[in-house]
Amino acid sequence: MFDFSIVTTWVDQFLRTYLPEFWVLAIEFVVVGVVMLALYAVIALVLIYFERKICAFFQCRLGPNRVGPYGIFQSIADMLKMLIKEIIPINHTDKLLFYLAPFFVVVASFLTFGAIPFGNGLQAFDFNIGVFYLLAVSSLGVIGILMAGWASNNKYSMIGAMRSGAQLVSYELSAGLSLLTMVVLSGDLQLSTIIEKQSDTWFIFQGHLPAVVAFVIYLIAGHAETNRGPFDLPEAESELTAGYHTEYSGLQFGMFYLAEYLNMFIIASIATTVFLGGWMPFHIGGLDGFNQVMDYIPSVVWFFGKAFALMFLSLWVRWTFPRLRIDQLLHLEWKYLLPINMVNLLIMVGIVLLGWYF
Amino acid sequence: MDYAYFLVVLITGIVLVIGGIGLAALISPKSNNPQKREAYESGIPTRGTSWMQFKVGYYLFAILYLMFDVETVFLFPWATVVRDLGVAGLISIIFFLVILILGLAYAWRKGALEWK
Repeated sequence: MFDFSIVTTWVDQFLRTYLPEFWVLAIEFVVVGVVMLALYAVIALVLIYFERKICAFFQCRLGPNRVGPYGIFQSIADMLKMLIKEIIPINHTDKLLFYLAPFFVVVASFLTFGAIPFGNGLQAFDFNIGVFYLLAVSSLGVIGILMAGWASNNKYSMIGAMRSGAQLVSYELSAGLSLLTMVVLSGDLQLSTIIEKQSDTWFIFQGHLPAVVAFVIYLIAGHAETNRGPFDLPEAESELTAGYHTEYSGLQFGMFYLAEYLNMFIIASIATTVFLGGWMPFHIGGLDGFNQVMDYIPSVVWFFGKAFALMFLSLWVRWTFPRLRIDQLLHLEWKYLLPINMVNLLIMVGIVLLGWYF
Repeated sequence: MDYAYFLVVLITGIVLVIGGIGLAALISPKSNNPQKREAYESGIPTRGTSWMQFKVGYYLFAILYLMFDVETVFLFPWATVVRDLGVAGLISIIFFLVILILGLAYAWRKGALEWK
């Protein structure tokens, strides 16, 4: 596998031979920031196009096809449109919270985005508490959503924010517990170590049935956490206009939109990293010839391939199932997913202690 | 070094929002009239404020969440060393989990999970 840390260390050494320590660090920080920003924006644009096109095919339409060949510049045109839309100031809002809410939502997703390993050696920071950090930071988004709904002083926003709070908070438990199940199997929280341990087979195959159950539960919970699909009660268009971001206009709304799409990517990439081996190619222990062929495919392709496959699954679910009611939603979590998860965790511990994993 | 990059990403995220909304505020058109600044509730004039007492069901779920989330925080250190602790670790954590599941069972029995 090509290791991107060769490139980064080479650049680091190259800069150090010509510049003092301070400037080397300054340049590296700026480069990392700009690269993350560019990746964030590009992934959002690609995802918006991806979603619109796929949704169109599910509904037997053509989807965007006017701007550029096959409409590939549609999302760039949309972004420009959103940038020059008027930002309408609303009376009787809680000004501070109203303007602070987009920060929380976007920064929470951006911080999670930073810890994702995109390829071999392509990771902004690699904490030794990786999985825990991902859970902790991604849950900050709820605060932003509650803030937005409360500050808008609008009944729709308020109902949307309350539903969203209950939903995100509930499904975070399932997401956390199913990741915990995999932590039991990996015995480590650091994302790079987790990926290295999957170099023979991915965790979903290593852990037998409990790993598969945890994967399915994580997909359901993650899908609910992005406020999409059958779980889109917080912004149910037919009941609440736009839910918690009814009062936001122009790019302020754009920020919520951006964070929503990125959250979808983040959930898919966490699932990829923890269950499907991240950037690790598909290896079968013992078959060296097969493994070497798989190694020729670059790690970035593997990562984005798996992440986009999971996102396609998420879109498929979104455009197939009708919306749930709030009581059905909460029952699914508290009466089914949570008890199943607890039992699943104990079974996984049993398997690990008996050594029945690959 | 990782923590420095954490700060870099944090600052970049804040700059993204400030930069985006600042740019949009500079180049977007501005017009004003009293109707436009009202809260949008499908064209019907707003009655009263929205900052009022709210359904208690959401609050109950938040309390339950608090209980289980703290539990997850406690379980993470145990999960990383479960191989070294062996069966003793499993048995001691089963006590912990049973107490929690009793809590959930109590809430379930009392009807806190029903949506009324």
